Amino acid sequence: MSDISSTAKTRSSAGRGGFDIARLLLEGRAFFALIAIIVIFSILSPYYFSVSNFLTMSSHVAIFGFLAIGMLLVILNGGIDLSVGSTLGLCGVVAGWLMQGVTIEAAGVILYPPVWAVVVLTLILGAAVGAVNGVLIAFFKVPAFVATLGVMYVARGIALLMTNGLTFNNLAGKADFGNTGFDWIGFNRIGGVPIGVIILAVLAVAVGLMLARTAFGRWLYASGGNERAAELSGVPVKRVQIAVYMISGACAAIAGLVLSSQLTSAGPTAGTTYELTAIAAVVIGGAALTGGRGTIRGTMLGAFVIGFLSDGLVIIGVSAYWQTVFTGAVIVLAVLLNSIQYKAKPRK
Amino acid sequence: MNDTPQANPDLREVVMAARDVAKSYGNVHALKGVNFDIHRGQVTTLFGENGAGKSTLMKILSGVIQPTRGQIILDGAPISFASSSHAQALGVSIIHQELSLAPNMNVRDNIFMGREIRTPTGIDYAEEERQTRLLMEELEEDIDPLTPVEELRLGQQQIVEIARALSVNSRILIMDEPTSALSASEVEVLFKVIRDLTARGVSIVYISHHLEEALTITHHAVVLRDGTMTAYAPRDQIDLEWIVRNMVGENFDLGSPPTGYDFGAPALSIKDLTVMDEGGAGYAVVDGMSLDIQQGEIVCIYGLMGAGRTEMMETVAGRLRQAGGTIHLHGQEVSHLSLAQRIEAGLCLVPEDRQRDGLVQTMSVGQNLSLASIRQFTRGLFTSRKDEGLLITDTIRDVTVKTDGGDAAIGSLSGGNQQKVVIGKMLATHPTVIMLDEPSRGIDIGAKAEVFRLLAERARSGLAVLYSTSEVSECLSIAHRIIVMHKGRISAVFGPDATKEQIMAASGESVAA
Repeated sequence: MSDISSTAKTRSSAGRGGFDIARLLLEGRAFFALIAIIVIFSILSPYYFSVSNFLTMSSHVAIFGFLAIGMLLVILNGGIDLSVGSTLGLCGVVAGWLMQGVTIEAAGVILYPPVWAVVVLTLILGAAVGAVNGVLIAFFKVPAFVATLGVMYVARGIALLMTNGLTFNNLAGKADFGNTGFDWIGFNRIGGVPIGVIILAVLAVAVGLMLARTAFGRWLYASGGNERAAELSGVPVKRVQIAVYMISGACAAIAGLVLSSQLTSAGPTAGTTYELTAIAAVVIGGAALTGGRGTIRGTMLGAFVIGFLSDGLVIIGVSAYWQTVFTGAVIVLAVLLNSIQYKAKPRK
Repeated sequence: MNDTPQANPDLREVVMAARDVAKSYGNVHALKGVNFDIHRGQVTTLFGENGAGKSTLMKILSGVIQPTRGQIILDGAPISFASSSHAQALGVSIIHQELSLAPNMNVRDNIFMGREIRTPTGIDYAEEERQTRLLMEELEEDIDPLTPVEELRLGQQQIVEIARALSVNSRILIMDEPTSALSASEVEVLFKVIRDLTARGVSIVYISHHLEEALTITHHAVVLRDGTMTAYAPRDQIDLEWIVRNMVGENFDLGSPPTGYDFGAPALSIKDLTVMDEGGAGYAVVDGMSLDIQQGEIVCIYGLMGAGRTEMMETVAGRLRQAGGTIHLHGQEVSHLSLAQRIEAGLCLVPEDRQRDGLVQTMSVGQNLSLASIRQFTRGLFTSRKDEGLLITDTIRDVTVKTDGGDAAIGSLSGGNQQKVVIGKMLATHPTVIMLDEPSRGIDIGAKAEVFRLLAERARSGLAVLYSTSEVSECLSIAHRIIVMHKGRISAVFGPDATKEQIMAASGESVAA
């Protein structure tokens, strides 16, 4: 009798131990994937594993990282934002245009706004584009996919119209006009770390806190998980929805500023298809496209997985075509694992 | 004659049988080992309250789900259905409560959906149409095979479902609440079809909440309660009272109205409330209704499906817009307030469908409980984990949720405990008026009693309670006043000493039928 029960006990605990490892691998998959990528490329290339390379790659990741943070909020809310790539481009172009000086013909003057004003105006523009998305979706009940698809085209078109398809190459400003320093965002470093990466870290921490510790964060998860239940619990679901798209737009504006500063030019086609990379980062980070599930930590890992993978492929000299294939495979694999994780969870 | 299932069913009499069939979802035992006989060429009706396990049993019999244990015997031989199409191939079809037709397609295409008659060049529409016409003739229904299903009345759609089942030569037809949305004349047509089918040797399993109606059609009655069979009998030996007694339990008590205290000030006052149909059909689902509730009073609203109970409550809560009338809470007009503001003012709603409207499945038990009261534990910009934890543990204790703790997944709870979470979530907002739309829907009888006890306790300490139900036995429990709604209006008001017959008659149910 005692024999049987002790065998049963060992067996069940062994079973649970095995299950836990599988569970750990499944839940920490983005993290383990990142470790694997770093290890593999470090073996394949002597240049990969160095602090300076990591920082360079990180500043590439930052661009996608900004978009992915905004995208995470939208996806948590159960939506999607296809317009972020175009918003990035439009915001970059507007920033570039402001740096050239704004001619007001009636007054016969050319205004050269200082860099801080350019940054603020660009952020407001990004949020305004997001607000258009949000209002279309929350009040006019346009499906998120369609609304943001439309705004994606409109924003890209405006960016092209503003420059007539050309690129602003002179973003340096002039000391006489007091508008120098735009390149600071893209080129300066604090303690060796690029400004873009620092902004990303600060933004990630702030959004992480917002999600975990504020009423707004809880509202966001609730309305993404079940909008009707959230509404009946007194959650202002429409306001949350609009706010989410505005934040996403503002994140795209930050990405636009950092990118044009890194490139020292603002082109109207910047950020094309970046929205897809951002969605991929969020999905690789374990968020569910149906809404309500996902974390900022996962999304950041997802962004780093994509960035470190594609930069690694460049470093070891794999063709750009193969990079596309690899990225696609990683995304599909991530979604596959997501569905395994979320299917296993609900019922005990 | 006794209808109790034998260990070895008589093959001449019984076409299909379930023996010791059980089904569990985690800790939730939907069926606890039942025996069930389907009589050849006759109608066997399964009675039972919501959550008794009727639908679970039917899904097992039709192969939609597999039982945890037990055996299905078809024509004397044990069988295990791999899927519903496997069951269908063996002649067992189910017509679900929610029809499974594609409204955008026509009758012919719906009937042959998934089994199109093919030719080398495509689909043989002419042959399909001919067979559809034949089926409609058999059923004596004048429905053109090329009519889009969305243009048919609900009763006709039901006939199309039946035709589809017959087209695969079903010998056993399971109908899950087929009349719940039908008009009286459509019910007549359906019953005629059922009689014709049994005359042709088709065996029918019938489920309905409409007890009197079911009694007119059935040959055998089986009662299911709380996952167990409580009674079997042929039609000629039973009456309505027998069914109710076995459904609800002889000495079952859902409580009595709390007494020994005076009602307080007027809490909620609704005057001439009118709500238009949400679909824009232009008729009033709530038609000039007036109602006053005092603090500490418990009012029950009884009515059939479509009587306007849900719309009334959702409008008062602030989810739907009112077309006319006023709503006063403690003397203050609240019509212009948002739903969130009304919750803040002390008026809240526990919705009818807890999966769709009550719970956020992606969040934990604790996060669901605290969702409506986030402001209570927000300090400045951030929420306080400590205060939230306190609120959660307090609420879990108050409404006696059986859970591993606040971090447990909401899906791990049984239906009754999930319902307590939804109620607890609203009670945590410290309301003065609480409305509950069918709070007992889909929860077992023990949880039901606990929910009512909880409400009675709260009423004693001054909470005004308004709940709706479609079970008469639940009206005659804790309510001080019973209001019967019929077609958007109040058709009668009773005290706690009313009889079931009075209440049902006022709701438009035909007791005499």
